[in-house]
Amino acid sequence: MHVEQISIFIENKFGRLAEVTRILGDAGINIRTLSLADTSDFGILRLIVNDAEKAKAVLRDRAFTVSKTDVVAVEIPDRPGGLADILQVLDADGINVEYMYAFVERCGENAVMIFRFDETDKAITTLTAKGFNILPGERLYNI
Amino acid sequence: MFFNEDFETLPREAIRALQLKRLKAMVARVQENVPFYREALGKAGIGADSINSLDDLARLPFTYKQDMRDSYPYRMFAVPMEEIVRIHASSGTTGKPTVVGYTKKDIDNWSELMARSFVAAGVHRGDIIHNSYGYGLFTGGLGAHYGAERLGASVIPMSGGNTKKQIMIMQDFGSTVLTCTPSYSLFMAEAAKEEGIDFRELKLRVGIFGAEPWSEAMRAEIETKLNLSAVDIYGLSEIMGPGVAIECQEAKQGLHIWEDHFIPEIINPETGAVLGEGQEGELVITTITKEGIPLIRYRTRDITSITYEPCICGRTHARITRMSGRSDDMLIIRGVNVFPSQIESILMGVEGVEPHYLLIVDRKENLDTLEVQVEVDEKLFSDEIKHLQALSSRIEKQIKEMLGVTCRVRLVEPKSITRSEGKAKRVIDNRHQA
Repeated sequence: MHVEQISIFIENKFGRLAEVTRILGDAGINIRTLSLADTSDFGILRLIVNDAEKAKAVLRDRAFTVSKTDVVAVEIPDRPGGLADILQVLDADGINVEYMYAFVERCGENAVMIFRFDETDKAITTLTAKGFNILPGERLYNI
Repeated sequence: MFFNEDFETLPREAIRALQLKRLKAMVARVQENVPFYREALGKAGIGADSINSLDDLARLPFTYKQDMRDSYPYRMFAVPMEEIVRIHASSGTTGKPTVVGYTKKDIDNWSELMARSFVAAGVHRGDIIHNSYGYGLFTGGLGAHYGAERLGASVIPMSGGNTKKQIMIMQDFGSTVLTCTPSYSLFMAEAAKEEGIDFRELKLRVGIFGAEPWSEAMRAEIETKLNLSAVDIYGLSEIMGPGVAIECQEAKQGLHIWEDHFIPEIINPETGAVLGEGQEGELVITTITKEGIPLIRYRTRDITSITYEPCICGRTHARITRMSGRSDDMLIIRGVNVFPSQIESILMGVEGVEPHYLLIVDRKENLDTLEVQVEVDEKLFSDEIKHLQALSSRIEKQIKEMLGVTCRVRLVEPKSITRSEGKAKRVIDNRHQA
């Protein structure tokens, strides 16, 4: 039920982001969604792509620092309070959200959120038990 | 004005005679009491008995900072611990400092030389000396303090830091003399301005600045912004501490080095050959009166030149020019001595850190800044910002704790620090030493 996300360390330097996306584009890798966390000195670019292994390999070839992280994709009803409901469930079980961001595409009537939890498996169990739909990676890569 | 006119105006021939007598006595002492020197002098085939003139000094072996590290902590001491009344230390490469010990007589001499230095700088009894040099293992604070008391001036033992309080005390206590690093004096002036206090209105008349290199341009800036007369002071803990050499108020052209206690030489740092008057090279100092830890031909690594020309102030002691640099890679950051190798060994102690780093030194708003660039490889990388920030602050904290210098760690991409075939470029110093 995990989704593979790749994370790339990027210095706050002119043109760095363009370079990363160009490398991926030239390798025929499709970015499904992304988020960028930044500080004054550096940023961490988090990507979900259609081929994580290949993306990692081409970026490493170009001397980027890349890591793979397990994240969870959850379907969320696209209505007011949809996100609040899910966060409340997690809070009740003492699960921390390290970070989260939205998936670009919708899944039917629902929005999709990407979560990084401190306890990934526990979060999946809790959410499934409460009736939330977790999207497996394969589905996400090809939405 | 002199503190000890007889000694400060000794004719050159008398200085040389005194130096020779004291040199022979000192060499005899270390031969007798310091195994390191017994061996070094034995190897050089020279002893106290074979020193017949000051020219023989050039035949004596050099002493390096490394020799003192190897003798950590007390093995260079020439007297039993019962005779040592004070211990100071300066930071060392691997966390082990360089240790120096003083006998009662050493403290007495140091106080006198510092008092002479104060008087040369234009200070007298009745002055209120605001001493912002750090008190502690560093020799600056206590060295200036004892000299001020010996002179009979009033000394305020401020030590460094807490700038607001420094300014308040200076204003309320009517300080007339300021002792600190040149960059800190400008920093205080700026900080005072923000508080609505004009430093030029304070009673300060003389500033005695040292512990870091500074330029004539900086002197002009300090004198304008602080409305005082600024003089340069030189010293190092291995030799004694502050007060080894001082500019006189009358000329402000070169620093008088107290030749009845120290024999200065200028050498070519590559070959070790002694250079002539006016030629630039590394300053080497032999301490001829020290009892606790006398040093023969200590390599200071400071680059300067020497002149024996008479000075308008009447002092006969030789003058060295302002230090123009170092013959090693030591950096002086806010008065703290830092070797790149010290930072390297701290970085190597952090798991996952590669030996690729770059130090960027700059001067912003009159304060030295140190940035340490560290490459983030996959072992260090976390996809969570808080982990990377925790890593930066852990390194910053360790550098502060080990070296006493505040720095900013900047994480950079791998391979972004230039690799070179030969000696890696570890330091970019953007400070202008005009």
